[in-house]
Amino acid sequence: MVEARIVIIGAGPAGMKAALSLVEAGHRPVVIDEAQRSGGQVYRRPSPAAERSPRALYGFEAARAQRLHQGFDAIADFIDYYPETLIWNAEGRTLDLLYNGQNQRIAWSHLILATGAMDRIIPVSGWTLPGAYTLGAAQIALKAQAVGIGQSVVFFGTGPLLYLVAYQYAKAGITVKAVLDVSAFRQSVVALPQLLTGGRTFAKGLFFLAWLRARRIPVLRGITPVEIVAGTDQAVAGITIRTAGGKLRHFDCSGVGFGYGLRSETQIADLLELEFAFEHNHRQWLPVSDDNGRASTCGVYLAGDGAGILGADAAELTGRRAALVLRFDLGETELAAEIDTLSARLNAMRPFRHALDHVAFAFPERLARNVPDDVIICRCEGLRAANIRQMARDTEEIDLNRIKAFTRLGMGRCQGRVCVAAATAVLAGAATDMSSTGRYRCQAPVKPVPLRAFLGGCDEQV
Amino acid sequence: MTSAGQFHRIPVSERREITCRVDGKPISVFEGDTVLTAVLTFRRDLREFEFSSDLRSGFCLMGACQDCWVRKSNGERIRACSTLVADGQEIVTQHGGKTDG
Repeated sequence: MVEARIVIIGAGPAGMKAALSLVEAGHRPVVIDEAQRSGGQVYRRPSPAAERSPRALYGFEAARAQRLHQGFDAIADFIDYYPETLIWNAEGRTLDLLYNGQNQRIAWSHLILATGAMDRIIPVSGWTLPGAYTLGAAQIALKAQAVGIGQSVVFFGTGPLLYLVAYQYAKAGITVKAVLDVSAFRQSVVALPQLLTGGRTFAKGLFFLAWLRARRIPVLRGITPVEIVAGTDQAVAGITIRTAGGKLRHFDCSGVGFGYGLRSETQIADLLELEFAFEHNHRQWLPVSDDNGRASTCGVYLAGDGAGILGADAAELTGRRAALVLRFDLGETELAAEIDTLSARLNAMRPFRHALDHVAFAFPERLARNVPDDVIICRCEGLRAANIRQMARDTEEIDLNRIKAFTRLGMGRCQGRVCVAAATAVLAGAATDMSSTGRYRCQAPVKPVPLRAFLGGCDEQV
Repeated sequence: MTSAGQFHRIPVSERREITCRVDGKPISVFEGDTVLTAVLTFRRDLREFEFSSDLRSGFCLMGACQDCWVRKSNGERIRACSTLVADGQEIVTQHGGKTDG
C-alpha cells in the first residue's frame, strides 16, 4: 500500500503559501501544478531561457512576487514538486496524474485545492477569430512570452484586469487603440464607499485609469460590444461597439483581448464529489466550506481563487490558512488564534471585493442572456446560441446536463471551462434564477490524455 | 523582429536564436518561446477548425481551452500554448497538413 500524502493542487500564490506553511511545521507536501514553473497566472514566470527582471514582469507587484518565488524556491528540497503535471482524475482519496508522459496515481491523506481561475467569457460575434483572446491570455503573452496579442490592440469587457492589461500593454510600447468597458461610470460611483476600503488595490486602479487617459488612450464606459470584425485574411481587423449614447463606433486593430471578471476552476472539486452550492455573489456553483475553508469531505481544504474570486493578496492568506487549519486538524491546536486572525482579515477584504466585482464591474448578465442567435457559444463544437435555445424549446429542458446530452454543449475538449458561464445565462433566458439550469458536471479525464501514457500500466507510486 | 504574424514581440534583452520548421518551412525563433509564439510570430492562424474552414489561433494561453492543439512530426499531439519549442523541432499544423497534402 502506498503511503497517503498531504497534497497541494496548484502552485499559484495560494498553493505556494500553503506549501511554505506546511514545510515550516516539518511536513513534506506533494505540490502538483500544470505550469512549467511556479507562480500561478498572476505571478507566472517565463521559462529560464526568457527570464526578465521582476520589475518588468510584475510592475507594482514585483516585491510581492519576488518574495513568494524566493520563499517557494527555498523549500524545493522539502517538498515533492510535480510541475507540468495534469491531474486528469480524482476518485475517492486518490489522484491520477500525467507526469512526464506517464500515468501515476497518488493517494492523499489531506488535500489542499488551490486550482485558481480563468476569465469569464461572454461570446460576441467574431470571438473565435484568430487575434481574439481572453484578457488573461493577453497578459500571459506579454508576461511569459514578451509578445503582444497584436501590433495594435483593443481591450473590452469589464473588471480590474481590463485596465491592468491595457496599462501593461501600453507601457510595453504596444499600441492600445481603446479600452472599452461595459460597466457604466455610475456603477463605480455607487460602489465608491466600499471601493475606498480597498486601499492600495483601489489606488492602483485609479492610477491605471489616469495613466491611460494621460496618454490619450480612449477609455469608454457603458459600451455594448457588437462584433469583432474579420479582415480578408479571416483574422481580427477591428471591433464595432455601441456607445453608452447608442451610436455605433468602430476601432481598427489586429488583436482584441476581452473578459468579464474571473470564474473559479472547480473541476477537480467536482470529481472529488464535494458538496456544491450556487453562490449568487460569485454567480457560479462553488464547493461549500466552513468558515475556515474546510470542504465537505474530511481532509479537503479550499484556498485561493478556485474557492471564489478574492484576488491574489487574499489567495496568499487563504493558502496559509488552509495549511494552518490542516495542521490544527492534525493536533496543533495552538494555531487557533492565528487562524481566527487570518479569517478576520479575509472577511475584512470581502466588502471591497464585492463592490469591485459585483457593483463597479458587475457581470453584465443581460448581455450574456441575450447573446444573438448566430453567435457561437461552444467554441470546441461550434454550437451557436440558436442551437441551444432551440433545443431548450424543443425539449422543455433548461438543465445544463440535459442540454449537454442533446447538443454536445460543453462536451468538447475544454469540458465547458470556456462556455459554461455564457451557456448558463443563455439557458436561464428569462428565468430569474441563474441556479435553475443546474450545475454542469464534468467527467474524467478533465483534459485530453494520450492513451500512450497507459501503455506501460499504472505506476502506483509517487 | 518585424513580421506579418499575429503576435508582436516587444524588445527584450538577448536571447538565443533557434530554428524550427512549421509545416516544412524553417523559421527562426527564440529559446523559451512556446510553439504558439513560434508559429504566431510568423503567421496569424495556427490551425483550421475541425468542423468548418474557420481559422483558430488559440484563446486562453493557459492550457484550459484546448484550442491550440498541433502535432509534432511523429504525429504526437501537443498543446501549442504550453509546450516550449525545441531547436530543430518539426511542427505540423492541421492547416498546413491540409494544404500541403
